[in-house]
Amino acid sequence: MAKGRIVVDETLCKGCELCTSVCPKDLIRMAMDRLTPKGYHPAMLVDPDGECTGCAICAVICPDSAITVYRLVPAEKVRTPTA
Amino acid sequence: MAKELLKGNVAFAEAAIRAGCEAYFGYPITPQTEALEHMAKRMPELGRVFLQAESEVAAINMVYGAACAGVRVMSSSSSPGVSLMMEGLSYIAGSEVPAVLVDIMRGGPGLGNIAPSQGDYNQIVKGGGHGDYHPVVLAPASVQELIDFTVEAFDIAEKYLCIVIILADGSLGQMMEPAELPEMKKVRSVKERPNWALTGARDRDPNIITSIYMDPLVEEELNRRLMAKQAKIEANEVRFRELMLDDAEIAVIAFGTSGRVAQSAVKTAREEGIRVGLLRPISLYPYPYERVRQIAGKVKEILVVEMNSGQMLGDVRIGNEGRVPISFYGRQGGVIPLPDEVLEEIRKIQSRINASE
Amino acid sequence: MAEKEWIETLIYTKSGSLTELGTHYCPGCTHGISHRLIAEVIDEMGIREDTIGIAPVGCAVFAYDYFNMDFAEAAHGRAPAMATGLKRVNPDKIVFTYQGDGDLASIGAAEIMHAAGRGENITVIFINNAIYGMTGGQMAPTTLPGQRTTSTPLGRDIEVHGFPLRMCEILSQLDGSAYVVRRSLHNVANIRRAKKAIRQAFEVQRQGLGFSMVELLSSCPTNWGMSADEALTWIEEHMVEAYPLGDYKVSPSIAVTKKDEGR
Repeated sequence: MAKGRIVVDETLCKGCELCTSVCPKDLIRMAMDRLTPKGYHPAMLVDPDGECTGCAICAVICPDSAITVYRLVPAEKVRTPTA
Repeated sequence: MAKELLKGNVAFAEAAIRAGCEAYFGYPITPQTEALEHMAKRMPELGRVFLQAESEVAAINMVYGAACAGVRVMSSSSSPGVSLMMEGLSYIAGSEVPAVLVDIMRGGPGLGNIAPSQGDYNQIVKGGGHGDYHPVVLAPASVQELIDFTVEAFDIAEKYLCIVIILADGSLGQMMEPAELPEMKKVRSVKERPNWALTGARDRDPNIITSIYMDPLVEEELNRRLMAKQAKIEANEVRFRELMLDDAEIAVIAFGTSGRVAQSAVKTAREEGIRVGLLRPISLYPYPYERVRQIAGKVKEILVVEMNSGQMLGDVRIGNEGRVPISFYGRQGGVIPLPDEVLEEIRKIQSRINASE
Repeated sequence: MAEKEWIETLIYTKSGSLTELGTHYCPGCTHGISHRLIAEVIDEMGIREDTIGIAPVGCAVFAYDYFNMDFAEAAHGRAPAMATGLKRVNPDKIVFTYQGDGDLASIGAAEIMHAAGRGENITVIFINNAIYGMTGGQMAPTTLPGQRTTSTPLGRDIEVHGFPLRMCEILSQLDGSAYVVRRSLHNVANIRRAKKAIRQAFEVQRQGLGFSMVELLSSCPTNWGMSADEALTWIEEHMVEAYPLGDYKVSPSIAVTKKDEGR
């Protein structure tokens, strides 16, 4: 099971592809089969083997705050969200 | 309060303080520098803000910033410095925040000189900066009026969320005469600032103050709002003084220092039996067109006297609507006309009237 | 042994100091990153309700639509003067300007210089992308020698257009400057350093130590004619050399900042 996952807000994503270039596991692809309301191909997580660690590097470089990141955290370490 | 001997520049600065001015930003320029110096001393004494800016460009933008915070704020300058403020004034007008400015005019164009002039009429009264806007403009003719109009300027600026400019000249700024200052008004607390002010979005939605509207229809809406405001100002804020116009055949129209000079000439002419009166517009915007129209319906000729090449003349023509002949007497470049020079013009007009009868 | 309990936790989401509106910036433009970093710092410091921002003229002219706080829009280059007026009558508020290279280093050179010289207790976020974005890619005061823009179609010729201005180097010379540093947004590590610097700058203001400015080397993929990724590489390969990263002025009062952190 993946330790992390991301959700791309397709109303914000502009398809700049910066997230695809920084993902350490190379798990982000552009969805070439659809367009966002602004007319861009949005980024999406492609993680068939459950490799995403929820490291949030993609969110750090995203200029549009389009990426929300979740991570499985040991119950005793749950903290408030920051980047 | 008792009358005291006051210099114009000091008088309006102190009047502003007593009207509750919380911040002053300015740059030294003759012949208004005493105002800045008075503020430099008095504002810190009272725990208020005085700052000598690096330029008039910066000064007016500091005024803009403080105005956005909802405080009573002002600047003062003289002609070349006021030219530098035009950009900021346009932004203030477009953002609809209240601000007060005193222009102690001097001879120009260019660097000109430091002598009294009325050469900024068009720049100040017709807007000056880019875009469609009108500041309210008040023209005093004495140190007392300089005081009274400065106090009133803050109220008008806040009432209409607009710019009010006191348009005076170097002679008023430098002149000493007895005048009475108002009582000290209490400065508003932060909590009493208007609800549109930038004070931090605590327990409310953010306030945004801007003058950019990319959609022409939205920009037009702003312009229409400004026009509606101007209509109210034109209905409520017209001010003028007049003298011996009831039976006059000749009306002299002059503002500020020219008006004061013209008043002496009119009185002497009356002693000579010439039926002449004076209209002295106080509000140059809104201009007393209606009063000019009424006067033009009663007199035979109008004489406009200005310390420029005839800038208010255009407004008199608008009010006159072609009814009677208008002549102009002006001195330029920092020269104040003498009462005798104006008297001579009045006599010439009287002779013309006599000859035609 | 009992199985360890895992909880899916929100690690990162859009800052509460930003509005929900998407920006009008071009895809991959680093303005969005700068906005985010500022907003996150404001969140972390808990100062959103006490912060007043000032937007520039340039691509960030509508910054007030994106920040969820009181904001004013300045005339071109005059943001430091406007911030001065606002701060002087709101001394307990945090006031920051957000300015591009044309706004700050060209038309507003006098205003920024004197705000720094006065030690004006404001924070300036300076976006240096070596070009005029909003008007369509003309030469900026920070355009590199040889760099092609629409007003230097053959490349910036120093014989004609002179040399770029290095604002951190200039402003750090002034006694009123408390914190003047240059960071870059060209990769994740540098973005993280940039955020720390922005935090430091706001702390400097909160403590009333004087003028603070963070210059951020930024990209303009559209007007540089590159992809977003290529543009970040261009920052690294060309801009960082011309505009060295680092701490140019750190007031002795800010002992906690490690010297040369950004290098």
